[in-house]
Amino acid sequence: MNNYRSWAYIPPLEQKAVRPSWLDFKFEKDAKSLLPYGNARSYGDSCLNSEGLVIDNRSLDHFIEFDTEKGILRCESGTTFSDILALIVPQDWFLPVTPGTKFVTLGGTIANDVHGKNHHQDGSLGRHIRYFELKRSDGKKILCSPNENPEYFNATIGGLGLTGFISWAEIQLLKIPSAFIKVETTAFHGLDEFYELSEKANSKHRYSVAWLDCASGGKQFARGLFMSGDHANYDRKEKSAIREPKISIPFNFPQKVINRYTIRAFNALYFNKNKLVSAGKTTYQHYDSFFYPLDGIGNWNRIYGSQGFYQYQFVIPSSERSTMEHILNKIVDSGLGSFLAVLKEFGNLPSPGMLSFPRPGICLALDFANRGEITLKLIEELDQLVMEAGGAVYPAKDIRMSSKAFQQYFPNYEEFKTFIDPRFSSDFWRRVSGR
Amino acid sequence: MEDKPKNETIVIFGATSAVAQKLAQLHAQAGDTLILVARNKDRLNTVASDLLTRGSPQVDCLTSDFDIIQDHPSLLKIIEEKSSNISKYYFFYGILPDQKECEASWEVTHKALMTNLLSVMSLLTNIANRIEKETNRGLIVVSSVAGDRGRQSNYIYGTSKGALTIFLQGLRNRLHKSNCTVTTIKPGFIDTPMTQDFKKGALWATPEKVAQDIYKAACKGKNEVYSPSFWMVIMLVIKNIPETIFKRLNL
Ligand SMILES: Cc1cc2nc3c(=O)[nH]c(=O)nc-3n(C[C@H](O)[C@H](O)[C@H](O)COP(=O)(O)OP(=O)(O)OC[C@H]3O[C@@H](n4cnc5c(N)ncnc54)[C@H](O)[C@@H]3O)c2cc1C
Ligand SMILES: NC(=O)c1ccc[n+]([C@@H]2O[C@H](COP(=O)([O-])OP(=O)(O)OC[C@H]3O[C@@H](n4cnc5c(N)ncnc54)[C@H](OP(=O)(O)O)[C@@H]3O)[C@@H](O)[C@H]2O)c1
Repeated sequence: MNNYRSWAYIPPLEQKAVRPSWLDFKFEKDAKSLLPYGNARSYGDSCLNSEGLVIDNRSLDHFIEFDTEKGILRCESGTTFSDILALIVPQDWFLPVTPGTKFVTLGGTIANDVHGKNHHQDGSLGRHIRYFELKRSDGKKILCSPNENPEYFNATIGGLGLTGFISWAEIQLLKIPSAFIKVETTAFHGLDEFYELSEKANSKHRYSVAWLDCASGGKQFARGLFMSGDHANYDRKEKSAIREPKISIPFNFPQKVINRYTIRAFNALYFNKNKLVSAGKTTYQHYDSFFYPLDGIGNWNRIYGSQGFYQYQFVIPSSERSTMEHILNKIVDSGLGSFLAVLKEFGNLPSPGMLSFPRPGICLALDFANRGEITLKLIEELDQLVMEAGGAVYPAKDIRMSSKAFQQYFPNYEEFKTFIDPRFSSDFWRRVSGR
Repeated sequence: MEDKPKNETIVIFGATSAVAQKLAQLHAQAGDTLILVARNKDRLNTVASDLLTRGSPQVDCLTSDFDIIQDHPSLLKIIEEKSSNISKYYFFYGILPDQKECEASWEVTHKALMTNLLSVMSLLTNIANRIEKETNRGLIVVSSVAGDRGRQSNYIYGTSKGALTIFLQGLRNRLHKSNCTVTTIKPGFIDTPMTQDFKKGALWATPEKVAQDIYKAACKGKNEVYSPSFWMVIMLVIKNIPETIFKRLNL
């Protein structure tokens, strides 16, 4: 079938797919192996299964029940965050955890146990899932919650789609006063300033995140913009003096122009413009522009051209400051760093997920244009540093980590394996399990 | 939608169709009461909970296989008992038979005509006789661009939809004096379970897009609507190819 690929466009291996419309669908008997597929916002190969079949969940998008008093929503696994927000925000509820795009499905986000800008206060998504039903290839339907079949619950959260097909899930929402976020933006220079801001903000604010310039060295090394936010009581209709910043990102660069100079120029522009517009100020932003700035730019993943790109996201313990400095230096020196990198301090609330990626520490995410060997070599070196620091790399963004690296990053690997559905597999899994 | 009355009650025949579900969501969001009719009870219940969650104050479900024509009068009676003030009747159900099978089997051909044409005519005739004395009712029926001209690759499906389109023209003409509207929808290719084995390309539309077009056309009481609208141009060209040339084409 057509158009089944992942977000980073590397490598466009042909996928065969089915797209069931009703939860009573049967798993194909003849396929070599099966893998659930959501909205393909994973960058690498964790949502791909070239040897068998992917089961596209996107027509399984019915709402089942919404308790507007308690903020409990039950829906089918293919329901997107975008559809959920359209339903719940007008009724003063919000997603308990959201990634940086709303074009993801509930099933896909559970399978990656996604985290958001509130990880330091609320942990990952898995903490807010009350129930789900797991459909296994032997015909069993397993109702999972922290109390019912907890081992399947824990294996499936962050379970990369391998433990079976999530039919529906029930999620606890967050009460909000309005659709707006009160945002404070502060410019910082150097990692020390970042750590300081982060420590202060994380005890006070629900959301915090920083944009980091990964292209500039010297005096500008590790400069960035730190943003903290909270749901606010704000009525847009009140024509108050507070403005909502509109920052457009000039992403329509011709492909050939993406090189170390334009990237450096872009980062400088972004930093300076935002510093001017919002740094040191408090603004009220609609949740769309606060959480999903990239969603407004259709297909931004295509700017890297047909070669695609690599996204790299890792977390290392907060104490490993010199490693973080070292890694950043390496990225700056390589000139391969991307437009915008995102820096975030995770908190220490544990996730139920056996293979969950978020853990206490500092997390950095960035893109590298695909320049073949030199890019891969750089990432390989970064992996080495992350391993030595006792960190982990995020499978949702990965297409290349070795089985050795994976098994070190995810120490519950052996236990997890016992919960895999025997008919389920993925391109990612065959690589990291060394099969 | 400014032309749309508030708190309507509408009926959907074939409510489990992919396009029908998206259309029903628009009515649910507008706060309308829905009466859903389809043949599969579990699927209907799935759709009903979804629509209730999306804001419909009330959703009633009825099961019926529309091919069983003798059930139509009692079905319509039950619907009438549910509400005396139905403003719109939508028809979404249909099948896409395999053309080669149709050529090999009269039964397959007959079945396609039964589902796509005869059963719709039966229901519409019954409904028309009831609403003729009332005003401001809308009948909205999904036909297809395939009914605009016969082609070797799907002319049985095309016949069922083409005949349906002509039936609707007559009905529109008849009901005009009662101030009731008949809206014929002619979609092009839609990515739904009906077409799951087809290779998809640039001409394909999503069920959401077609549902929005249908919703607008229904609220305005339009006559014939192509969806997406560019199909009007394509079909204008197709319809104007002289038959002597057309019969040689591999379409
Ligand atoms: C712009 C952008 C920003 C992002 N920001 C963040 C972020 O801030 N934090 C974060 O954590 N992630 C982030 N991500 C990654 C994204 O949230 C995850 O990759 C997410 O899992 C994608 O969901 P999806 O529905 O697209 O699923 P896919 O990518 O299609 O699939 C993801 C996994 O879910 C499995 N799966 C899908 N459906 C089911 C099901 N029904 N049952 C069982 N398993 C299933 C698949 O097998 C696969 O392993 C971002 C991605 C983008 C493109
Ligand atoms: N998809 C396209 O490309 C396309 C293009 C032009 C026009 N159309 C028309 O659009 C309409 C909607 O189709 P769709 O694309 O949404 O496909 P769909 O999802 O397959 O819907 C077809 C529906 O018809 C129902 N149905 C078929 N026979 C029935 C019967 N005898 N009794 C009761 N219900 C019956 C099916 O019910 P079950 O759920 O119980 O099977 C199903 O819900 C159809 O009239 C189709 O001809 C489609």
